[in-house]
Amino acid sequence: MGMKFCGPKLSLCGLVLSVWGIIQLTLMGVFYYIQAVALLEDIPIDEEDTHTISGFISAAENGYTQNAYNCWIAALLYVITLVVSGHQFWMNNRSSVSM
Amino acid sequence: MGDLFRSEEMVLCQLFVQSEAAYVSMYELGEAGIAQFRDLNPHVNDFQRRYVSEVRRCSEMERKLRWVAGELPEPPPPPKISPSNLSPREINILEERIDYIESEIQEITRNARNLKSDYLSLLELKILIEKTQTFFQDQSAHRKISASVQIYNNEGVLGHLGFIAGVVATHRVPSFEKMLWRISHGNIFFKQAHIEKPLKDPVTGHELQKTVFVVFFHGEQIKLRVKKVCNGFQATLYPCPATYKDQQDMLAGVETRIKDLEILQNMFSMDIVKKCLIAECWVPRRDLYILQKALDYGLIKASGSPIPSILHYVPTKEIPPTFNRTNKFTRGFQNLIDSYGIASYREVNPALYTIITFPFLFAVMFGDVGHGLLMTLFASIVVLFEKKLAKKKTDNEIWNIFFGGRYIILLMGIFSIYTGLIYNDIFSKSLNIFGSRWRNVYDNETLLNNKMLELDPAEAYSQTPYPFGLDPVWEFAANNIIFLNSFKMKLSIIFGVIHMAFGVTMSVVNFNFFRRTELIYLQYIPQILFLLLLFWYLCILMFMKWTMYSAISTDPAYGTSCAPSVLIIFINMMLLKETESKPPCRALMYDGQDALQKTFLVIAYICVPIMLFGKPVYQMMAAKKRKQYRQGVESGEVDEHDDEHDGGMGEVLITQAIHTIEYVLGTVSHTASYLRLWALSLAHAQLSAVLWQRVLRIGLSGGSPVNSIALFVIFAIWAFFTLAILVLMEGLSAFLHTLRLHWVEFMSKFYEGHGYAFAPFSFSAILENDDEDPPAQTNGAPPE
Repeated sequence: MGMKFCGPKLSLCGLVLSVWGIIQLTLMGVFYYIQAVALLEDIPIDEEDTHTISGFISAAENGYTQNAYNCWIAALLYVITLVVSGHQFWMNNRSSVSM
Repeated sequence: MGDLFRSEEMVLCQLFVQSEAAYVSMYELGEAGIAQFRDLNPHVNDFQRRYVSEVRRCSEMERKLRWVAGELPEPPPPPKISPSNLSPREINILEERIDYIESEIQEITRNARNLKSDYLSLLELKILIEKTQTFFQDQSAHRKISASVQIYNNEGVLGHLGFIAGVVATHRVPSFEKMLWRISHGNIFFKQAHIEKPLKDPVTGHELQKTVFVVFFHGEQIKLRVKKVCNGFQATLYPCPATYKDQQDMLAGVETRIKDLEILQNMFSMDIVKKCLIAECWVPRRDLYILQKALDYGLIKASGSPIPSILHYVPTKEIPPTFNRTNKFTRGFQNLIDSYGIASYREVNPALYTIITFPFLFAVMFGDVGHGLLMTLFASIVVLFEKKLAKKKTDNEIWNIFFGGRYIILLMGIFSIYTGLIYNDIFSKSLNIFGSRWRNVYDNETLLNNKMLELDPAEAYSQTPYPFGLDPVWEFAANNIIFLNSFKMKLSIIFGVIHMAFGVTMSVVNFNFFRRTELIYLQYIPQILFLLLLFWYLCILMFMKWTMYSAISTDPAYGTSCAPSVLIIFINMMLLKETESKPPCRALMYDGQDALQKTFLVIAYICVPIMLFGKPVYQMMAAKKRKQYRQGVESGEVDEHDDEHDGGMGEVLITQAIHTIEYVLGTVSHTASYLRLWALSLAHAQLSAVLWQRVLRIGLSGGSPVNSIALFVIFAIWAFFTLAILVLMEGLSAFLHTLRLHWVEFMSKFYEGHGYAFAPFSFSAILENDDEDPPAQTNGAPPE
């Protein structure tokens, strides 16, 4: 079926972390996409573009969309982690039951 | 009244039970767990009690079972709960079975040991044969003898020469040889060969080096002497059994449960005349019918004896144990209160209110939606799977603490989500649900040229507040902390005064119940007046400041620059100092403030001597009245209580003085103590913000999609620290502070806590303690 390289505790940790990561990063991606003001200080902005208002606004919008995509990609990575952790967790449970 | 409002009413009962019926009745009572038995034979030695032989039998059985369990190669399966009770006959059968199994196991181990030594002997014999073959082959004439030696005999006779073969420990060989030589005057022939592989000793398990030897001699006398020497040197000579059979250890697992019923019966006293047992027990009044049912059931089972069991109420002046009936939800909160001290009998139970005030005060200190969500989710999962998790008996203390407090954690989490929404703080970010009420009032030029700008609430604020919680704009305000400090400090004082006033009012319930209404006037009224007139007035000043002063006020005396410091007003009130007025600001907040404050102060000061002398004077007057009454009724009787009262009067005065000072100083210090609500919530918010800015922001400040991998890793780090520091550490800290607030600031106002816990005779309780220490404990008699 596959090798078991995580113990029961590590796979449970991975499971919990992945679920949390998926939910939070997806939501953060959504908030970045709708350009929530609360996340204004957490976007990458080049200093050179901030000399005009319109420049600042477009730089901010770029930063927002960039971070939205980053968050969603990270959420996808956590989906992979979820699958791996879940598989390890299931394998750990199975071997302890069949014993 | 409700279950948790105060502890249950307890009744002291006397049971008259037939000896035959006693066993079954006690079994029923053990299952029900409603009666706490008092030891009626406290002066009798454990060994002189009536049922000592049964106790000894039970202990023996238990010892044997434990030994059997130790002999098993793997731990035994957990015992199944037997549905029916065990009659004395069944216990006899159980005892026989245990004896039988024990003797079987002992025999098996004995056989195993014998086998091992047999095996060792055989091995030695085999090696011996191999070695001696070389000896005998030297002389061709002896080959015939070696053939016969192999099967049955050890000694052969060749002509006039005999020999003895055997095995001896290697380190003894030199002295062995010397001894043989000496006793035979040199007339023996000794040959030896060392066994290379060490052999295992069956008894000790050590590995020994052995040597094979053959001694050739001539004549019977020398043979005897040689044999004696061999015995002396513990050399094994060889007759050996030939058979070798395999045995496998089979140990049967035993499923049973041993009860301490006989110990219980030892606590009964014997009534010789009626041939029945008498017991005294404390039972909650509501459970008396169960007690009656148990006795009746015992009678029915005990082959219908005509004498019924009698349940007899004993009116007594003793203090009964305190029993609070809890369910799985309320038990956690009751434990929190009981850890401080068991409530006095039938005093009001603070646990009922703790169910709400504890999570609420925790949440005020913890206030974060994200962390509250994490706590709620964890607690919900534990609660949803509580039946399965309860079966897993683990020694992990931390898990047991979390599991026992799962409902407390659940409530704390839910309340934290609520306060998080009020503080508008989710993982240190604010949620803008309803739209901020503040607008930008500057043009683009000003915005470009200034790093920081001030928003005047008269212009930038829309004059209608954000509907629920803190306006999200405050996340970006540089004076965020200053603003929130003022708000949270005032909030903490308001919550504190309400909590303490509630605590003081609880004493009224106690005074009412215990029929001491005079104390309501002599103690409660002055206490509450002192607290409210000073500190609730402080809270009213806070409310007034919040409502009366505004940025858009037309009267400059009520504008923002004229808002007075409430603390300074309060201090000036206590010290009777005059405040200067700096126009256009006014000295006072409202007309008549000076007169009102002075009145409050005077009334509060008058309350202090009432608290100090009220109760002692009342007790003195009551004693005098009693003495007069007694002297009027029974004239000529010497009153011994007079002296006692004088001495007692001093003590009462001192006690009352201590309580008064404690209370008066306590109002000030405890009110300030509630400021920890502000302090911890500030610390939590700042920690959360620092964690986001220093950790998660790194993952969010990259431009390209490659940074998503960095975000993937950094999120894990951020999540770990959020859990470890913000949820666990801060959660534990807030829990501790809330507990302190409850125990010290709240409960010191009314709680006595001098009771002792109700410890009923219950099988489930005994079994739970069985895992920790060995049983055969007498059920606790109440501390005398």
